[in-house]
Amino acid sequence: MAATPPSDAGLRVSLEVEIPSDVSYIERVVDLIRHPCAELAYNAHQLALNVPVALSEAISNAILRANNEDPDKRVFVRAEVDTRQLVVDVQDEGEPFDLDGNIRDATNPDNIEREDGRGLFLMRALMDRVERFDANGIPSGNIVRLILSRA
Amino acid sequence: MSFTIKKEGEIVVVDVEGQLIVGNRQELKQKVLDELERGEKKFLIDFAQTGYIDSSGLGVLVSLSKKIREQGGELRLANLNDDLKTLFELTKLDTLFQISDTRDRALASF
Repeated sequence: MAATPPSDAGLRVSLEVEIPSDVSYIERVVDLIRHPCAELAYNAHQLALNVPVALSEAISNAILRANNEDPDKRVFVRAEVDTRQLVVDVQDEGEPFDLDGNIRDATNPDNIEREDGRGLFLMRALMDRVERFDANGIPSGNIVRLILSRA
Repeated sequence: MSFTIKKEGEIVVVDVEGQLIVGNRQELKQKVLDELERGEKKFLIDFAQTGYIDSSGLGVLVSLSKKIREQGGELRLANLNDDLKTLFELTKLDTLFQISDTRDRALASF
């Protein structure tokens, strides 16, 4: 009799990625984190929309806004994926910022024709939770945590 | 990821292959602006082969739409999959752009 394969429920995948402050790395990091989500059967919309777009926004925010594309500053991405949820921490080396205070309602008629200002709005819309806290270790900076329950 | 530009009659059609994100948005912008500078007025961006679009990609589409309108032209979009449609609906950009389900319908709509 063939052995029953173990359930995915016991699996947890942890990833740590460190990149320079260069936007050309973003797509690669998104793919690295999307892959275990696909393996653990996150649904197609989460794989095609929620995960890649929210992650891209968090990483590009860290590179462009927090680190100001400073070649001496790095971005650290840590992800934990299991069959329950995806948790991603994106850490920069920039000055503290007020995440909630910077979110602009992209659907307000006054903002529709703006070129910028949709990044934080999309992160909030596409994730179950988005939090910012201080990274107190070395290096210091901000940690933006994205949490998405598997659907 | 790449952008292919071709003419269909008097319409400039841009195919977006892969992602439209912060790392490549300037390339798309420049290609379309070059065509606008050559006097082209009608533009269609086809997303049939597109993965995901981030806020920078959306921003470039908004910017191009404005610049093309300022020159008396028009930018239309086609072939958004369900996830891209959701993205446009979330940001209400579906109210800013004329979006067609197919390339042929979009071409016929000009």
